Amino acid sequence: MNNWANFTKGFIKENPVFVLLLGMCPTLGTTTSAINGLGMGLATAFVLIMSNMVISLVKNLIPDKVRIPAFIVIIASFVTIVDLLMAGYVPALHEQLGLFIPLIVVNCIVLGRAESFASKNGVLPSIIDGLGMGLGFTFALVLLGGTREILGSGSIFNYKFIGDNDGMLVFILAPGAFIALGYIIAVINKLKKA
Amino acid sequence: MAKKLESTFVNMVVVLSVVAMIAGFALGEVYTVTKAPIEQAALKKKLEAISKVTPTFDNDPNSEMFKMAAFEPKAGLDSIEVYPAKKDGKVVGYAVKSYTMNGFSGLIELMVGFNVDGSIVNYSVLFYAETPGLGTKIPDWFSNTNKPNQCIIGKNPSTSNMTVSKDGGDIDAITAATISSRAFLDAVNRAYKTLEQGGKYE
Repeated sequence: MNNWANFTKGFIKENPVFVLLLGMCPTLGTTTSAINGLGMGLATAFVLIMSNMVISLVKNLIPDKVRIPAFIVIIASFVTIVDLLMAGYVPALHEQLGLFIPLIVVNCIVLGRAESFASKNGVLPSIIDGLGMGLGFTFALVLLGGTREILGSGSIFNYKFIGDNDGMLVFILAPGAFIALGYIIAVINKLKKA
Repeated sequence: MAKKLESTFVNMVVVLSVVAMIAGFALGEVYTVTKAPIEQAALKKKLEAISKVTPTFDNDPNSEMFKMAAFEPKAGLDSIEVYPAKKDGKVVGYAVKSYTMNGFSGLIELMVGFNVDGSIVNYSVLFYAETPGLGTKIPDWFSNTNKPNQCIIGKNPSTSNMTVSKDGGDIDAITAATISSRAFLDAVNRAYKTLEQGGKYE
């Protein structure tokens, strides 16, 4: 697989949210607005790139039977580092996303890519895979968050285009996340077949 | 490419220990580096909240903070921090760090500011975990001076009934977030009553 195909597969063909259906918990929980989706997506992308890089570097030093605990320690360390750095240097953003950051550890995309890609490939392809998957995840979260924000709050990226309280509240709440996600997946499947 | 390490007992123990040690060391370093900025950010947030909710002052309310017995304490939180705002040595208002346990997701922490006559200057949310898009409207809803029925700024709890209109009070609750609104007003009332029972109003 060349690098370009490796990079772009995360967007549509193997999109972590719409096709692989991985990481549903943060996806449904954090996408109440486009900006939250963007922040969560970028933080996850950073962790993905770093953990993919480190794991592809050390993959031959880790015995097979203990690879999962070793990967989890590496991933959790990067998540904690992101959490601390954000709290210290961008407190405003950390306030918005603070609750979601520790959730990145349990995001199966990160462990999934470590297990299925980084532990079998070299450093450069692994970084590209992390970048592609991370941006694909971000793209999915912004799309879902934007859809829910438009329908639920009548705004996009906090810019209000209809008056007060005109949104459909259900889209801000959990059931709306499932409904919106279901329709987006249906549309993507239709587009892929066409 | 180097051959993969075998999964022998010794290899597994050594590798896991080394991984954990390196991770622990890295986290320790990052924690040390970010400790000061995190504390500064927290202090700055508190000071901003104090100056937002009090009349103009020329003292340092943070260093003159004192604790008062909370009115109807919940969850064992029986002392409340009060930050006096003084001008020319005379107290002009108080910032009260109040709380409620009745939020849709439990704890809500507020900084509520009062003039010495007991009227509300402003408030600032320090912590909440309310439903995004509903309960998270608290910071804007009750401070919207264009809508007197929902705004608490300038109101005095001794003359206004600080409960939601559904419960017969004077304040309109956030649409679809009555529980969050009740909790918010509970925290405001706790702040007011705490000062009142401490005899701080003139």
